[in-house]
Amino acid sequence: MNMPLPHLPLDAITIGAHVDDWPAAIMAAGDALVRSGATTSDYTDRMIAVIQEFGAYIVIAPGLALAHARPGDDVLSDGLCVVTLAEPVVFGHPHNDPVSVIVGLAVAGADDHLQFVAELANVFNDPAVIPALAGATTAEFVQSIFS
Amino acid sequence: MKIVVMCGVGLGTSAILKVNAERALERLEIEASVLATDVAGVRSAAADAQVILTSSELVDAIGKTNADVIVINNYFDVDELVVKLDIALGS
Repeated sequence: MNMPLPHLPLDAITIGAHVDDWPAAIMAAGDALVRSGATTSDYTDRMIAVIQEFGAYIVIAPGLALAHARPGDDVLSDGLCVVTLAEPVVFGHPHNDPVSVIVGLAVAGADDHLQFVAELANVFNDPAVIPALAGATTAEFVQSIFS
Repeated sequence: MKIVVMCGVGLGTSAILKVNAERALERLEIEASVLATDVAGVRSAAADAQVILTSSELVDAIGKTNADVIVINNYFDVDELVVKLDIALGS
């Protein structure tokens, strides 16, 4: 069974967000997931709580944060969002700061998300992708990278 | 051979690390199972594991373990995983 990446709708993409700190960056990603219908705002709060509890480990590559939390009632459907920042922000990661791209991930069920994440890994195994996303000027360009 | 990948919530970031660790093991021709877990589950998951892969941010949360703890900086860099797994597991 092949489960491709959930469609990344244009309204789940924010280009050049102006944020002052990492919680605001995660809020922007949460807003994009809410806007696209994948989650409610409770999920945004839970993504922030994960970082407050465990630290900046979600900054998994130079310049990239993978915002996510566990499945829950606040996840309406599997969802993906991309937020690029006008000015990078520091999350507190020893190697991968500062962050200029946030990928938000919401999964409805833990068991069936591995194929989805494998597809995401395929996209990002190309080291040119994060700089390309960081420099994107249109949502259509970002969407094309994930399609 | 068992390898545990750990993140805060046991999915998402750890799933990416699992996928790319499996790709690295394939390249090294090492047979191993890779299990994703969270901070709460790592102690039992890693009881019989040779290696724990995680972020520098989470090393302290592992506590006492007999497994080799390997810090991965870039979860998308299969080359980094190949080098570090080869050092830990290679002959």
